[in-house]
Amino acid sequence: MKYTQGKYIITGKTALAREIYSFEISCHEVAGIAVSGQFVHIRAGNFTLRRPVSICGIDRKKGTLRIVFEVRGEGTSEIARLNKGELIDMLAPLGHGFTINHDFGKVVLVGGGIGTPPMLSLANEYGEKAVAICGFRNSSAVILQEDFRASGAETILCTDDGSAGIHGFVTQPLTELAKNGGIDAVYSCGPMPMLRRVAEICRENNIYCEISLEERMACGIGACLGCACRTVRNDEEYFAHVCKDGPVFRAEEVVW
Amino acid sequence: MADLSVNICGVDFKNPVIPASGVFGYGREYEEFFPLDKLGGIATKGTTIHRRTGNISPRIAETPAGMLNSVGLQNPGIDHFISTELPYLLTKNVTILANIAGSTPEECAETASKLDDTDVHMIELNISCPNVKQGGAAFGTDCRMAEEVTRKVRESTKKPLVVKLSPNVTSITDIAKAVESAGADAVSLINTLLGMRIDINTRRPVLHNNVGGLSGPAVFPVAVRMVWQVANAVKIPVIGMGGISSGRDAVEMMIAGASAVQVGAAIFTDPFAPVKIIEEMNAFLDSKNIKSVRDIIGTVEPW
Repeated sequence: MKYTQGKYIITGKTALAREIYSFEISCHEVAGIAVSGQFVHIRAGNFTLRRPVSICGIDRKKGTLRIVFEVRGEGTSEIARLNKGELIDMLAPLGHGFTINHDFGKVVLVGGGIGTPPMLSLANEYGEKAVAICGFRNSSAVILQEDFRASGAETILCTDDGSAGIHGFVTQPLTELAKNGGIDAVYSCGPMPMLRRVAEICRENNIYCEISLEERMACGIGACLGCACRTVRNDEEYFAHVCKDGPVFRAEEVVW
Repeated sequence: MADLSVNICGVDFKNPVIPASGVFGYGREYEEFFPLDKLGGIATKGTTIHRRTGNISPRIAETPAGMLNSVGLQNPGIDHFISTELPYLLTKNVTILANIAGSTPEECAETASKLDDTDVHMIELNISCPNVKQGGAAFGTDCRMAEEVTRKVRESTKKPLVVKLSPNVTSITDIAKAVESAGADAVSLINTLLGMRIDINTRRPVLHNNVGGLSGPAVFPVAVRMVWQVANAVKIPVIGMGGISSGRDAVEMMIAGASAVQVGAAIFTDPFAPVKIIEEMNAFLDSKNIKSVRDIIGTVEPW
């Protein structure tokens, strides 16, 4: 099985910040095969299209997945109304996840806003080998910092307005770490301008970089070709699809 | 268990439910959910003479009871389809409709002629794609052009030829009659309705192509009306589609005059939709003691 569709019990629900929710979902068959960077495609009430949400945590022993999502519109608002004990309809696990290499000595995880949750799954993979740089608009938007610390990763917090952590963007500490050297890989998820800058810093410092992209999608499995993104493969432009070829891409593949 | 088999211009379908072109790729992704031989047929992703990259994203938008798409016929080209996708599909014991499109009548004809030497069961000629600038809907909205492209394709292939019609016209029956006179063996309808959404904060259209094709339950009544009108206007069979998401919808479409149905956007909501629709149709027919699904085709009793 690569992926499946099912209705699974929500075993935990918490609000992490304004309009940001965390669900723990009991789904043994999905948790058994899911990898960091993959996503789930959630049916939202009576809406035609499902909503893609990246996986934040995988607990193979408990057979659970954790997802963290932000209410962006009516569809995610519908999903946010689900409660503990209710069923959530998902296609999962979908997409191509992050490459995890336990030979790496040091990795940097760069998350921006609601792009932070998939970085937590990586922090749990790499533990003390990871430095997690997380950026948010302000202190009230900050999420998951205790979870990052619990993973063993070194954490660096930034906010746009300086109301928590470093006053500034995630690219500042990343630039410093990159200059100091010794980084085997950078993984990133967040807004496009941030990803573009992260990719540039990695290119300038010759660091392997993988990023997770977002796009409006329909089928979620690579059939409808709705979620195209411009990439370069074998020196040729290639309209890849975020749902199947991604959401994780090597940064050098993406045409910005 | 009712007899669900239908025959459309000499081609057998084990049941009348066909995933529509564009939603189902070339079948591989959905085989993860169910065996493809459960389906009556598969209409493959619209394929052109050369590979196409399609439109820039965003290509998808949610709408009330439906969605917009502006994929723009992204496909790997007919040669790849024939060498790689079609041989795979032909092992699946399911009727294959190869959906083709092109920028000119000559391109469509050349694409069709390449399929003539294959074992594909039917060709579905798309003269109604709203998302490409050349060809596409331009053929499907003008009787003379529709007739010309149909005739050229007809002359280039012996395969049963279905022409897929656009709803974005003043009179779909005139177009249907034009393609019938040019040699189409069947028509399928409706393709998507041209639509638009705008983000009121940025004042940008949600789709990068600005406009796109509307599908999903929202278009179902329009599709039923057009299928009914066309079924009454032509002698060739009609394949009905547009917003079908349940067995009851499929039955309704067939009562309106469709000999088979295609299922599109419903697959995005529930990947098992085509299989469930087959089961629900069967349950409905059994509950009414109707022996064959063929007995309901075109049986609407208008006021």
